[in-house]
Amino acid sequence: MKWAVIVFPGSNCDRDAAAAIRDVTGDEADLIWHDQNDLSGYDAIVLPGGFSYGDYLRSGAIARFSPVVDAVKREAQRGKLVLGICNGFQVLTESHLLPGALLRNDNLQFRCEMTELVVKNNQSPFTSDYQLGERIRVPIAHGEGRYVADGDVVKTLETANRVAFAYPHNPNGSLHDIAGILNEKGNVLGLMPHPERAVTEWMDSLDGRRMFLSMHRYMKEAGGLVGANGNANS
Amino acid sequence: MKTYEVEVRIWLKPSVFDPQGHAVEQALHTLGYSEASDLRIGKYMHLTVQGESEQQAKTRVEEMCERVLSNPVMETYAYTLKEVALS
Repeated sequence: MKWAVIVFPGSNCDRDAAAAIRDVTGDEADLIWHDQNDLSGYDAIVLPGGFSYGDYLRSGAIARFSPVVDAVKREAQRGKLVLGICNGFQVLTESHLLPGALLRNDNLQFRCEMTELVVKNNQSPFTSDYQLGERIRVPIAHGEGRYVADGDVVKTLETANRVAFAYPHNPNGSLHDIAGILNEKGNVLGLMPHPERAVTEWMDSLDGRRMFLSMHRYMKEAGGLVGANGNANS
Repeated sequence: MKTYEVEVRIWLKPSVFDPQGHAVEQALHTLGYSEASDLRIGKYMHLTVQGESEQQAKTRVEEMCERVLSNPVMETYAYTLKEVALS
């Protein structure tokens, strides 16, 4: 399996994400600069945390117009797995791959701490190694993680089982305690917490490992290069 | 080509909680300005654009606002535009 970790000017969790992928799955993980426009050779794509383009204007707003985001959209359309972490989640909402938006935390704090998450959906390619309703520990580090969307959008997310993770103790004022959501096909996940920061003992949690393992297993079962044979898996 | 001076204001939709505005409003109350309410903090942008006509410039500015400068999911915008005489 080959993973692409996208690097925007201002990404700062790119190397952590690539290291976590290599360590947990044994797969290759390449860092891909934002001016690339072809991701067809990769099985999965990760948009890492950071402050793309300085987060000027709005988080993720300028990254959305990068050539690489067009490539991400194309591969997402073909059914490949796309994981957006923190700033990556913000890029996914700004580029309309996921609905809603992420705003300044309601408490105006930058929250950098271990949080608990409840697994709300363990049927997705990202979450199949977790138990439904399980509480896991994954750190957050964000000032703008308050998920907002119109009421009918939130209702759709909940009824279609597209809320993947929720906070039992909401750290940012997210609507309905939402921490991570899936797209309609289930092959794009955006989440504010950082699974790549919960993959070794010294990080105080190993719970992020199972996200990368779930994705790895899903891709393996799909036969690698999910989109290459024209199959749109979801 | 004509040149226009544009001022854009962007703020969160009324339905969306504005924590910055709330904090500043609380500060005003603490300082005795109890008559202040509904304080919202937004963004102000100033730019010049060139266009064939005012209508054409407005169309372009609206496109910028919708597509880039604001996020219609959570924000609204308003702008003013006036022609500037080039010396």
